[in-house]
Amino acid sequence: MSKAVLVDVTKCVGCGGCTVACKMWNDLEFDKSMPSHSENPKLTSKNWTTVTYQKVNKGGKQVWRFVKEQCLHCEDPACASVCFSKAIKKTPQGPVVYYPNLCVGCRYCMVACPFDIPKYQWEKVLPSITKCQMCVTKIKKGEAPACTSVCPTNALTFGDRDKLLAFAKKKIENGDKYIKHIYGEKEAGGTNWFYISDVSFKELGFPTNIPKEPLPHYTHEYLKLTPTVFIGGGALFTALSIYTRRRNEIAKEKEGK
Amino acid sequence: MTKKWSFKLTPTRKILIALVIMSLILAIYRLATGLGVSTNLNDKWPWGLWIGFDLTAVALAGAGYSICFLVHVLHIERFKIIARRALLFSFLGYIFVLATLILEIGRWDNFWRPFISWGIHSPMFEVYMCISVYTFIQLIEFAEIFVQKFSPTWYRRIEKVMPVVVILGALLPFGHQASLGAIYLIVPHKLHPLWWSSLLPWFFLITSFFVGPAIVAIEVLWSGKIFNSNVNIKILRSLIRISGGIMVAYLALKVFDLINRNAFQYLFTGGLESSMFLLEMVAGIILPVVICFSPWGTTKTGMVTFGILTVSGVVLNRVNVVFTGMYGALGAGYTPAGIEWGISIGLLSLVVLAYIFIVENFNIYHAEKA
Repeated sequence: MSKAVLVDVTKCVGCGGCTVACKMWNDLEFDKSMPSHSENPKLTSKNWTTVTYQKVNKGGKQVWRFVKEQCLHCEDPACASVCFSKAIKKTPQGPVVYYPNLCVGCRYCMVACPFDIPKYQWEKVLPSITKCQMCVTKIKKGEAPACTSVCPTNALTFGDRDKLLAFAKKKIENGDKYIKHIYGEKEAGGTNWFYISDVSFKELGFPTNIPKEPLPHYTHEYLKLTPTVFIGGGALFTALSIYTRRRNEIAKEKEGK
Repeated sequence: MTKKWSFKLTPTRKILIALVIMSLILAIYRLATGLGVSTNLNDKWPWGLWIGFDLTAVALAGAGYSICFLVHVLHIERFKIIARRALLFSFLGYIFVLATLILEIGRWDNFWRPFISWGIHSPMFEVYMCISVYTFIQLIEFAEIFVQKFSPTWYRRIEKVMPVVVILGALLPFGHQASLGAIYLIVPHKLHPLWWSSLLPWFFLITSFFVGPAIVAIEVLWSGKIFNSNVNIKILRSLIRISGGIMVAYLALKVFDLINRNAFQYLFTGGLESSMFLLEMVAGIILPVVICFSPWGTTKTGMVTFGILTVSGVVLNRVNVVFTGMYGALGAGYTPAGIEWGISIGLLSLVVLAYIFIVENFNIYHAEKA
């Protein structure tokens, strides 16, 4: 059963505890110049998750909203599909996991990710890609990811993907507190992190131009032709080669006569 | 042809050698310090100048397979005289690409992983496998030229496998040229609609094919002056017409694709993307096509102009895919560092030197039989 996390933006108070828990569990360095929760934090090789403080307009009033960002763990991840050494894999439990020992460092995953999540250890001589692993070792033991387990306001809910999605749907349909959109239900073919909110996701800075179709489908439409191109092309070229050579020989023989 | 080597050191060549040495030092610095210190690449722009050079170089090295296809698959005899120079150009192009890639990847010590751990869902995997095998194929093709000078026995042995080798040499690039375009299929939301298309792999393939004769035309007219390598001008004319014909078809396909995807509207919106696209299509496709089929196009100057415009058009196309088309999505934040330029310029100098050395010492220009 695939696991997921639901983020309720209306409940987050921006304490940043989740970003601290992430650093502690994954042994990531604290960097004062690169805060993990602020008005303008950045995902980096040391910040696998961030919380952004956003002043947004709600019903004519300025209000604060706090948005947690991390890998969304796509159902059909672009990063894993483009990795030509299989250093990124989708696990049956849900997390999209990176295996540094297989990585060549081409950074195609960074280009392909629709949410711009993978970051690079630019400062290292032999760097790795970094991104949220959804605490896969904890999940495999039946535990919740580090960030969700420390959330003091229940803004983060961890559970089975199907149940969580049903729960989120019920929540946004009851009353008019929430906008009628579960971010992550359909984006890039669906993810294992969902967001519900009372202000539009566009206003919160979420990328909203992401295709609903899983991105690897675009590549697959081309790659599925590969065997035909090589086998068919090989046969065609050989036949052409034999034919044209013979034709030249016949032409020469005729000239000779 | 003697068995001795010769390489005359002219001032230009000395400068090129200096650039190569500089590039070697910079390459060592890059490997010792990492990408962050030596380049301006960053999380926003993970791909930069070197990827641009790689995509461009592979496209231009398409001269190897397009001429190989015409000479060894279609057996158009009159083009045999240019087959070896196209092969040499292509071979050195791929060596340039491989050298750049080794410096470009972060974990160069892991470059062999994909041979064992197959990520078959990535177009990059097809590119990697094809280029590896193709470089080996070109090595055999080149070995034929090399041993011709030294060992008649080995020359005869290699001759025997050549029919298979040349078919692979014509076929494999059809795969990886297209797959290089397929790399960008996964970013429909990032690459500007003037360039992103489900036909992108085929656009990459077609451009890499028609740029071959254009490169050869430039080479022939350049080497004709310097090395007195005479190629009948009529041969060149018919070769260029092949390019021109394919370019007309390419242009038609481009227009059809833009209309089909409802992207024609972006053509005249002004701004960076539409101007760069128009420049690419007008100066790089329409103008050379007109030259190619005009009377002026049959003169030497006309042919060189055709060659330069076509090559520039393909270079611009790759630059537009890697940079211009991604600019809207990624924003400002990357200009290549001096070290990036230095390494690339030095490696290109090495290619030029190697080319000159090989044509001066091996039978490239006078082989009717290739």
